[in-house]
Amino acid sequence: MYIVGECLNGMFKRVRQAIEERDKSVIHELARSQVAAGANALDLNVGPSIGDPVTNMTWLAETAREATDAPLWIDSPRWSVQKEVIPRLSGPKGINSTKADESALDKYLPLAVENGAALVGLTIDQKGVPADAEKRVELGVQIMGKAMEAGLSSELLFIDPIILPVNVAPAQPANVLKALAQLVVFSDPPPRLVIGLSNLSQNCTHRNLINRIFLVMAQSAGLSAAILDPLDEELMNALITAEILLGKAIYCDGFLEAYRMRSQPGKS
Amino acid sequence: MESTDTAQKWASAVNHLTIGATAAQGGTRTKTVTVGGAKCVPWLAYEGDVGCRPVVALEIWDSGADNWPQELRAQYGGAMNDPAAWARKGEELGADLICLKLMGTHPEMGNRGADEAAAAVRSVLAATGLPLIVLGCGIDEKDNEILPKCCEAARGENCLFGMIRQKNYRTLVAASLADGHKVLAESPLDINIAKQVNILAHDIGYPLENLVIFPTTAAMGYGFEYVYSIMERGRLAGLGGDPLLRQPVLCDVGFEAWRAKEAQASEAELPGYGPASERGPLWETITATNYLQAGADILVLRHPVAVAQAKEAIETLHGAAK
Repeated sequence: MYIVGECLNGMFKRVRQAIEERDKSVIHELARSQVAAGANALDLNVGPSIGDPVTNMTWLAETAREATDAPLWIDSPRWSVQKEVIPRLSGPKGINSTKADESALDKYLPLAVENGAALVGLTIDQKGVPADAEKRVELGVQIMGKAMEAGLSSELLFIDPIILPVNVAPAQPANVLKALAQLVVFSDPPPRLVIGLSNLSQNCTHRNLINRIFLVMAQSAGLSAAILDPLDEELMNALITAEILLGKAIYCDGFLEAYRMRSQPGKS
Repeated sequence: MESTDTAQKWASAVNHLTIGATAAQGGTRTKTVTVGGAKCVPWLAYEGDVGCRPVVALEIWDSGADNWPQELRAQYGGAMNDPAAWARKGEELGADLICLKLMGTHPEMGNRGADEAAAAVRSVLAATGLPLIVLGCGIDEKDNEILPKCCEAARGENCLFGMIRQKNYRTLVAASLADGHKVLAESPLDINIAKQVNILAHDIGYPLENLVIFPTTAAMGYGFEYVYSIMERGRLAGLGGDPLLRQPVLCDVGFEAWRAKEAQASEAELPGYGPASERGPLWETITATNYLQAGADILVLRHPVAVAQAKEAIETLHGAAK
């Protein structure tokens, strides 16, 4: 499981304050602790921070880079941010994200390929979030096709079949699971499939419980990457246990400890 | 028509591990051996580097080998009563290492104490320049009593000491850390326990890269396939990135092969099976070469013929991999 740490997000008050006040220590600490807890990469999102998004994201990315060599995913819907930050950021990086329609892919794919960056492709097009599994699969396949044409290596492409909050869209979790199961058999090796786990439980109660149950359901359906909170120990334990049960790692009595030994920055 | 490239890309490789230390490194060995490094399944060179040559260790005992099968006693004669002489013979035969088993310390085979065991280690270190494997008698309490002194006697020589087990590992790990030795970790044909022993050693400060895995060995006809399947699963997991299964593997072939009736029985007991003098060496050789296919990095052998044949097989396999 490729773990992308979600904690460096300006929607968290502490992170927003750090960005606005340019407090490096908070960013360094969150970068290190997430990697130590098993994150393979870090998602960076300036959220609702005051100030110019390009400047803020540049600062956030460069500051995170001071603390770790792990891949940094620039999480912004703005092309202006991606096109400025991605080429200038040293070390491994990812673009989070592009939509599936051709005009978007025609911009984002060259940016990814030219900069050796990973790219997250959302199965959303101009018409919005798909209602069913089939449309998600169709858009996922579309992204994969265009990525291959553009020369993006399959290791650098992540398909995100878009999870919505369960209180708002109760049928969607099941559709996402169906889409994962269909996408994962689409090619050999299978495409890398990612979700932003916390979206599922936004504004719900028992958020951690909802997140970790869906995570293992999604792992079982073929999820190979997730943007989540690696500092949530129960979530990580569930993830690790599911990997054992899916035969991805060999059991031993210290299996929780063993998994944490293998997590190293930048490694999948 | 183009055929699909079936080569697998492995995320990881078997650890490199060195046994022995020359004068420049603080020891007195004339050479060291380095094993491991494979970045492919055994010998599948088109997938990646096949790694270092597997090595052959000659098994010698500090005492008590008078019950060894006749064919082996015929080979070594009086040298079997003197580990120093026996070690020199091993060097002459072209072994890459000596594997000294301190069976004389076994409560039922002499019950020698720590001082005698350490003296045996010293005498072997003085007699040969080959790197050394030192194994206890297999009884936990006794091993804990004798191995620390042996580690101390061999300080600086970077030996491979064994064995640690799930229920008994602290003493030998501590002594190996103090005196700079590699450690052989034993598990009873159980890959889950193999990982767990490594975790336990790691938890008390022993580096994973300094461990060698001993999954227990079975001779041809006596469980070889099961050990093969464990070694295969372990190797695949290690190549896939599991840091607890990336260690090189040791196979204790001589001891197991010579227990077989095919190796030991007289021609009267097994009519039609061929000359007794050939069966033992053959059983040992075939067991050894088959373990090379399973990914064995260190073969512990007894008979000169097995040593020679195993070395030839290694050269052939390694040479073909270029």
